[in-house]
Amino acid sequence: MNSSLKEAWALLPDYLGQHVILSVSALILGVAISVPLGIVAARSQRAAPPILAIVSVIQTIPGLALLALFYPLLLALSAVTRDLFGVSFRALGFLPALLALTLYAMLPVLRNLVTALNNLDPAILMAAKGVGMTPRQSLYKVELPLAAPQLLAGIRTATVWVVGITTLSTPIGQTSLGNYIFTGLQTENWVFVLFGCVAAAMLALVLDFLLALAGSALSARSRPRLALAGLGLIVLIAASLVPSLARPSGHGVVIGAKNFDEQYILADLMAGRLTRAGFAVHQKIDLGSTIALQALAASDIDAYVDYSGTLWGDAMHRADMPGRGPMMGQIRDWLSHRYGIAMMGSLGFENAYVFAMRADRAKALHIQSLADLATHPDLTIGGDFEIFSRPEWRRVAQGYGLSAMRRRQYQPDFLFSAVMSGDADLVSAFSSDGRIARYGLTILADPKGALPPYDALLLVSPAHAHDARFLESLRPLIGAIPLSLMQRANLMVDRGQDKRTPQQAASWLEGAIAQARR
Amino acid sequence: MIEILDVSKAYPGSGGEGVFGLNLSMAAGEFLVLIGPSGSGKTTTLNMVNRLVEPDAGVIRIKGRDISETDPVQLRRGIGYVFQEAGLFPHMTVAENIAITPVLLGWNKDVIGARVRELLALVRLDPATFHERRTQGLSGGQRQRVALARALAANPPILLLDEPFGALDPVTREAVAADVRDIHQSLGLTTLMVTHDMTEALLLADRIAVMREGHLVQTGTPHELVSRPADDFVSQLIETPRRRAQALAKTLAL
Repeated sequence: MNSSLKEAWALLPDYLGQHVILSVSALILGVAISVPLGIVAARSQRAAPPILAIVSVIQTIPGLALLALFYPLLLALSAVTRDLFGVSFRALGFLPALLALTLYAMLPVLRNLVTALNNLDPAILMAAKGVGMTPRQSLYKVELPLAAPQLLAGIRTATVWVVGITTLSTPIGQTSLGNYIFTGLQTENWVFVLFGCVAAAMLALVLDFLLALAGSALSARSRPRLALAGLGLIVLIAASLVPSLARPSGHGVVIGAKNFDEQYILADLMAGRLTRAGFAVHQKIDLGSTIALQALAASDIDAYVDYSGTLWGDAMHRADMPGRGPMMGQIRDWLSHRYGIAMMGSLGFENAYVFAMRADRAKALHIQSLADLATHPDLTIGGDFEIFSRPEWRRVAQGYGLSAMRRRQYQPDFLFSAVMSGDADLVSAFSSDGRIARYGLTILADPKGALPPYDALLLVSPAHAHDARFLESLRPLIGAIPLSLMQRANLMVDRGQDKRTPQQAASWLEGAIAQARR
Repeated sequence: MIEILDVSKAYPGSGGEGVFGLNLSMAAGEFLVLIGPSGSGKTTTLNMVNRLVEPDAGVIRIKGRDISETDPVQLRRGIGYVFQEAGLFPHMTVAENIAITPVLLGWNKDVIGARVRELLALVRLDPATFHERRTQGLSGGQRQRVALARALAANPPILLLDEPFGALDPVTREAVAADVRDIHQSLGLTTLMVTHDMTEALLLADRIAVMREGHLVQTGTPHELVSRPADDFVSQLIETPRRRAQALAKTLAL
């Protein structure tokens, strides 16, 4: 069997289990809220339009945005309850995903129920009253049973939607079948992407089938068929709970990762060390860039790697450039004072914006640094879609007088072929990208310090900031990963041939670190 | 048994439909038929007797008691009602439809079971065949028989029927009508029926009340109506069955 497929299979119980628990919980909650709300809406001419309007508007919010919105909302709420009652809760993962998906489940259920209740035969309602039913008896004995087929159709629609949208809960830290898709897209592992899609589709079909079976059993009043559908659901849910129950509980720690290869590798590296130190380790990967820091501050994750330039610009909103040393010190103080986060130090490499040239071309033109470019105004520079609008480029262009240089923009993956083919003379790149070494590119020096440092910093949550065993098991990584090692590890995952998984790259990296120390 | 005193009910915006200053009373055991064209207020009158419609003015008494002072739900459980086109609950079996009022009244399960079988026999439906049937598959006549059994399930002293035979074919119609009359007699019911078919009214009723535009035009036994119609309107109503009877007699004499 293909190694990606084998790895995907091994992850299935955990991913599928969490996916089912989240989807089913959201559906149950959604139906539990929608049914009474639908009854109120159907009975009251005044309540119906606003209720349906609000639920419809929620439906128009893109799934990813709705899921992401719940995170800061719950974080703020958690801070309030902590101040007021001394109780805080986890704002990452299951809870925000559950709430967002519950909202998504509501519209089809609510709309179908209201439509069904409003379109009941008036003669039947009159008969219910005439035989001596109270309004409540009429509702339970006549109206809801008659609306049930349409209600069930709404629940089935909601089921298919929710199972699909649950895949989007991965970036807010909830494991789901979406982990295959997000990781697969990032590492260009199409087996993973396809596996995740197929698994989600199969799950949607199975749940839909069980609901359809339950529906036909109810209308045909077939006890055996109803029992079969109920048994199917129970088996599915019970099977989903097994991996979570089997997982060692207790003092678990969570390692976070943003959504690119280097982050996956570093998370696996840290997870391996902590596991060997006796911690029960989980990973939350594919976190949004700003969510990762918030999650760490809230101790929803316990460690991850961020970059000094990102923290400086995006989190601290600083535009000045005091130099590497003072910058590191200020970041350390800011994180500690503001959030209680411990910054353990740099891993030893940077993942910065750099400018790279073919080695032979650089040699021929006698170019070693950005300053040398001023004497070659006829060169063409290639960049990704972002670089020319970032402050880094403005500083470089002003500092080295490159504003007039010819520019071309490329899809990131094509930058390397552009510079190798001579289409561009130099290109922007990320310094830890393994392909820089692979293609033998020369990185141009930045003597004026126009490009901010992007040192990879190991950050630890307030919860473990003073946990000696935790800190000691990660400390050997500080200063232990020179740029060349990280580039080689990244290349293992990035390259087209002989591709490795992030986990394989992490264990290679661990070996290389150990060897260097000896 | 039932007294309707100066009762009015207007439907604003309906073009003058309603009931205006109606006075009508029924003796216990009487079979009274309300007849009149569409919009004459006969169904409104019927529905006011079990408070499906509340009058704007006037008093309705049953057994001397003002019904506006009773609980409408309890009142309706004590009055049988057969709806136009039956009004059976489509998600219930025949037996469940018939049992509904006894269930609402909290009768013992075994008692209800026995009662349902008894009622099926009373309305001439074979319990073995019909007990577990869904109502969708029934013919019009069978539906009306189930509706009649449902109305009678809790032994009400009063039976209301709203154009119960309107949707039936002539042969079925005659059979069901005859059974309704027999059941009325044997159970000693006080029956109030709405129809627009004068032949039916003449054949079934102890007394007929003719309504027009919300007013009572004439009440009397079939014989009184035929021999002394109060005005041209009543004469015209009587005319149709009379002409048909004469035409029929002529045809048969040939």
